[in-house]
Amino acid sequence: MRYAADSLAHLRKHRSAVWISTGAVAFALVLLPFVLSSVGTAWVRITNLAILFAILSLGLNVVVGFAGLLDLGYIAFYGVGAYCYALLASPHFGLHLPFWIILPLGAGLACIFGILLGAPTLKLRGDYLAIVTLGFGEIVRIFLNNLSQPVNITNGPQGVTLIDPFKIDGLVFNRTDSLLGLTFTGPMKYYYLLLLLLIGVMLVNVRLQDSRLGRAWVAIREDELAAQAMGINTRNVKLLAFAMGASFGGIAGGMFSAMQGFISPESFVLTESINVLAMVVLGGMGNVWGVVAGALLLSFVPEVLRYIVAPVQEAVFGRVIIDPEIIRMLLFGLALVLMMLYRPAGLWPSRTRKREFDEAVHE
Amino acid sequence: MDTTALLEAHHLGKRFGGLTALSGVSLSIHRGEIYGLIGPNGAGKTTLFNVITGVYVPDEGAFLFDGLKLNGMKPHRVVEQGIARTFQNIRLFANMTALENVMVGRHLRSHAGALGAVFRGPRTRAEEAAIRRRAHELLEYVGIARHGHALSKNLAYGDQRRLEIARALATEPKLLALDEPAAGMNATETVSLRGLLEKIRGDGVTVLLIEHDVKLVMGLCDRVAVLDYGKKIAEGAPAQVQRDPVVIQAYLGGALP
Repeated sequence: MRYAADSLAHLRKHRSAVWISTGAVAFALVLLPFVLSSVGTAWVRITNLAILFAILSLGLNVVVGFAGLLDLGYIAFYGVGAYCYALLASPHFGLHLPFWIILPLGAGLACIFGILLGAPTLKLRGDYLAIVTLGFGEIVRIFLNNLSQPVNITNGPQGVTLIDPFKIDGLVFNRTDSLLGLTFTGPMKYYYLLLLLLIGVMLVNVRLQDSRLGRAWVAIREDELAAQAMGINTRNVKLLAFAMGASFGGIAGGMFSAMQGFISPESFVLTESINVLAMVVLGGMGNVWGVVAGALLLSFVPEVLRYIVAPVQEAVFGRVIIDPEIIRMLLFGLALVLMMLYRPAGLWPSRTRKREFDEAVHE
Repeated sequence: MDTTALLEAHHLGKRFGGLTALSGVSLSIHRGEIYGLIGPNGAGKTTLFNVITGVYVPDEGAFLFDGLKLNGMKPHRVVEQGIARTFQNIRLFANMTALENVMVGRHLRSHAGALGAVFRGPRTRAEEAAIRRRAHELLEYVGIARHGHALSKNLAYGDQRRLEIARALATEPKLLALDEPAAGMNATETVSLRGLLEKIRGDGVTVLLIEHDVKLVMGLCDRVAVLDYGKKIAEGAPAQVQRDPVVIQAYLGGALP
């Protein structure tokens, strides 16, 4: 209790400082797309994808970070959400439902898939669970690839095109509008939408973590038998983790469809699952800020390298010796290895994870 | 003392392949007593314990708790009915603080779900505050409140045992089942554990105690049952059981000259 009282007094003293810095960050985030588009419109798109992956990582964080259930097929839920949006808002079936119907529908459908995956794997842990979830991810992708016959549902490897953008009354998100003398391009509008969504998902994560349910998840992660002995219905609580994580994935998938206007099974391959998992682990499993930092970092670093590698080679050697595409992934891999060597608990680990790793190092 | 039975077991049997771990064990635990369960290693004490707490389903027999048939019920449902347990090899949530461990114990007696957690309305906040307050009280009750913010794995061994008891008490049990709580404790710690168990009984919780420390069992328990090779060979007041030739035979392998 003393700690709480101390930090409260501390908070009161610095409340104005907190407000000012929050305001400054908010202002910077609002201005960011204007700065980015002055560098190049591509950067706004890259930022949007980075935010989308942050949302996705936060969903996976519920499953892996909180409940400790290693899920290697998470991208399947993203795919389910994306295809749900694409099929209900494109010329493919001639359906053009509004987003406020499809997004919740996609989240719900992903949630059902989450339970479908969770139910048979309840007794599995660790490596075994990882293998089953990996298989599940592949099954979903293969279905997306092959459900073009006998009835064409997903349009197979060609994917779905001409997906409707987000529309709120007259405001269409892929068009350029001007307001108060400022020009808002499509990607800029999506940026603000995604930013709001990210803040919402972060809030949900933070609140879940510090709740009765969040404690039950951690308890299951720490010792499942003891958790049962405390009266926790481990089956329901685990299924809830799968279902909630999957719903976040479904929402992110719907956003992806709307933003890109085109999707194909290629966006939902195993490497994407691993990429999202890497974001969670690298940022710091279980810590909301860490996970967001990990997602942003892993999204931006490869893109930044793309723009740096060639000019640096020209400056040093006078010409481009190694193809930037090759060296980019090499450097990226090196960065990951170094990270895991020097900060194994992640960039910004959660309290409990940090303790676990400190312990492991001291032993 | 109220001598109606809180827990009644009738002819419980449990086999693991060819091994008969329990056969025909009947016993009744009265409300408000401290009931000891002793026996040599491998006698079936922990098996009986796991049957009662829902970890194993008995192959034969039935047991009634507070008038309700419990066999076949899942562990988390058994706790709900009012049987809380501790573990022989301590199973705390190692990377949670002592306070958080006890807060997990309140899970069963609180209700906030996912929506409550996300929206955090006045009811959820009040419940959360009550959980925290109760957990703190229980830490004080077992005498480790000063370690509330320490990680449970960093507590001293005796304090970890006490924390397990506090966590079990948080579920508001009618019967507290303790699996060798004094194992690994020194003499001073054992004496203070005895004080704690008497206090718990004094507050109306019935205690089932599995223990190797015969001195503790004899001094503390109102009644004792002795298991050997999965069968109950004696039951009664400690002094009486201690003189029973069958018990002496089981423990020492023969009558004393």
